[in-house]
Amino acid sequence: MAERPLTGSIRPEVAPDISAYESAGGYEALRKAVKGMSHQDVQKVVTDSNLRGRGGAGFPTGQKWSFVPMDEAAPREKYFIVNADEMEPGTFKDRLLLECNPHQVIEGAILGAYAIGASRAYIFLRWEYRLAEKRLEQAMAEARERNYLGKNILGSGFSLDLRIHTSAGRYICGEETALLSAMEGRRAVPRAKPPFPQVCGLWGRPTIVNNTETVANIPPIIRNGPSWFHGLSHTGDAGTKMYGVSGRVGRPGVWELPMGTTMRELLEEHAGGMRDGYRFRGLIPGGASTDFLVEEHLDVQMDYSSVQKAGSRLGTGMMIILDDKTCPVGMINSIIRFMARESCGWCTPCREGLPWLEKVLRAIETGDGRPGDIELLGEHARLLGPGNTYCALAPGAVEPLQSGIRYFREDFERHIRDKRCPWR
Amino acid sequence: MLTDDERLAIEREVEDCAHKREACVGALRVIQRSRGWVSDDHLRVLADMLDMTPEELDSVATFYPLIFRRPVGRHVILVCDSASCWVMGYEDLLRHLQSRLGVGLGGTTSDGRFTFLPVACLGACDHAPSMMVDDELHMDLTKEKINDILQRYA
Repeated sequence: MAERPLTGSIRPEVAPDISAYESAGGYEALRKAVKGMSHQDVQKVVTDSNLRGRGGAGFPTGQKWSFVPMDEAAPREKYFIVNADEMEPGTFKDRLLLECNPHQVIEGAILGAYAIGASRAYIFLRWEYRLAEKRLEQAMAEARERNYLGKNILGSGFSLDLRIHTSAGRYICGEETALLSAMEGRRAVPRAKPPFPQVCGLWGRPTIVNNTETVANIPPIIRNGPSWFHGLSHTGDAGTKMYGVSGRVGRPGVWELPMGTTMRELLEEHAGGMRDGYRFRGLIPGGASTDFLVEEHLDVQMDYSSVQKAGSRLGTGMMIILDDKTCPVGMINSIIRFMARESCGWCTPCREGLPWLEKVLRAIETGDGRPGDIELLGEHARLLGPGNTYCALAPGAVEPLQSGIRYFREDFERHIRDKRCPWR
Repeated sequence: MLTDDERLAIEREVEDCAHKREACVGALRVIQRSRGWVSDDHLRVLADMLDMTPEELDSVATFYPLIFRRPVGRHVILVCDSASCWVMGYEDLLRHLQSRLGVGLGGTTSDGRFTFLPVACLGACDHAPSMMVDDELHMDLTKEKINDILQRYA
C-alpha cells in the first residue's frame, strides 16, 4: 500500500495520544528543525518540496512564506495561523486530521511558525468541530508538558505560544483576509490585497495563514525531505492528497491517496461506485466552488493542473456526485442559496447578485421560469466572476452555475418549457 | 450584572491579548453559555470590558449566526443544508422537522424546547444528511432517526 504520511498512523477507534504519535516518528521533525536548521533552511525544504495549499487555491506554500520579511528590520511580532474553519460544502477532510491526528497539525504549526520566525500561532477553528477542539486542547497540553510548545522549545531558544481561536459560524471566515478581520474582533469582512497578509496581516504584522491539511504536511516533509515528497505523487504536483466523495455512492468517505489519483479510481474503487439504481451524471471536484465535470472527464487526474485543463479546479479535492435522480437545477440552487446567505455583504455584486441568482433559480425550479432566464443567469455569472469583488466567494459561487448551464442546459430548458421540475 | 464566574471567565479570555477586542467572540460565548443568549444589557457590560463601544460589539455579535442576540429554546438544532446533504434528501427531512416542531427555520417551538436554524456545511458529508443538536452531531439522518433524536432532548 502507498505511503500515507497524514493518515497512516490514525487508529480511528483509539483517541490520539502523544506517545503513539512520537513512536511513529512524531516531533522528530521539530527536533531536527529547532536543533539544526535555520528558519531559511526550513523554508527552503518546504519550497523545494513543491507543497501547494490544500485549502482550495493551491498557492505554493514555500513561496507564500518567502514574502514574510526575515531581515533584522522585520517586525518583532509575526503570526502563523492554521485555518481550521472548514466549511466548504462537500468538504470533510480537515475534520479527520484535527480529530484523529491533532499532534501532526500542532507540530506543523510549530514548524511553520519557526520557519517564519513567529512567536505566536493560532488554530482558527469553527465552533461546530467540538470533538476537534477537545482533542486539540488535550494535545496542546501534552505538547507543552514535553516542551514542544512554550518557552525555549527543546532548549533551542525558540519560543511559541499556540492558541485556539474558536469562531462562531459563517463560511466567509475561512477566507484568508476575512479570517484576519475575525481574529481582530471585527466583522469578518475580507480585505483588499495588496497589502498581502504575509507583509501586513493580523494587527498589521506579517502573518501566514495555511490550511489544516497543508500544515499537517510540513512535519513529514521536514523529516523525509523534498524528493521523498515528490515520490508520493503520481504527477508533477507533489505529495498525497486527502480526497473525498459524497453523494449517492456506495461508500462515501475520505481517503489519503497519491496526488493525481483519477476521478474514476476515486469514484469506482474507493467510493464503491454509484448506489444501485442511480446513474452518474456529473461531479463537482473540490467543494461547492468549483465547476462541474462530467463522464468524459472521469479519467482526469485529480491534481491542480489536470483539473484546471479539464475546465474546473482541484479546490479542496472533495467531490460531490450528481446522480440521475437528483435535479441539477435544484442542486445548483442549493449551492447559490448557501453562498447568498454566507456572503459577508461588503461588495455590491456579491451582496445583490447572489440573492438575484437564487431568486431566478428558485423560480425555474418551481415552475415559474421564463424564456431568457438561462441567458440572465449566464450574464450574472460573468458579472460575478473574478475581478469584481474583494474575495473569491462570488467568483467561486458562479463556477458550478456556469458549468451547470453548459452541461445540463437541456434540464434548465425543460424546467422552463414544462413549467415544473421533472424530478418532483 | 455578571456573576463572578462569568467575570473570571471573560478576564481569562482577555488575558494576554494584545488588544482586548480580539477576545470578543470568546467573551460573548461566555455569556451565551451561562445565559443562553446575549441581551442588550450584557452586551453593554461586555463592550466596556473589551474597550469597544456597544455598537462595535453588536456589529460583530450580529455577524455570527452562532451568537444569539435573542432568546433561544433550551436546545438549538442546526440543520446542514449544504450541497451533499441537499443531494441526500435534505428537503424531505426539513419538511419532516418543520412539521414535528411546528416551526420553520429561525423559529422557536412554543414550549421553548427547540430553536431551529440552518448552518453551513457541517463537514459530515460522508454521513449526510446531518444536523447538530447543541454540542452533538447527528448523522445519516432519516425521519425515524430524527424522531428518536428529538425525544432525547427535554
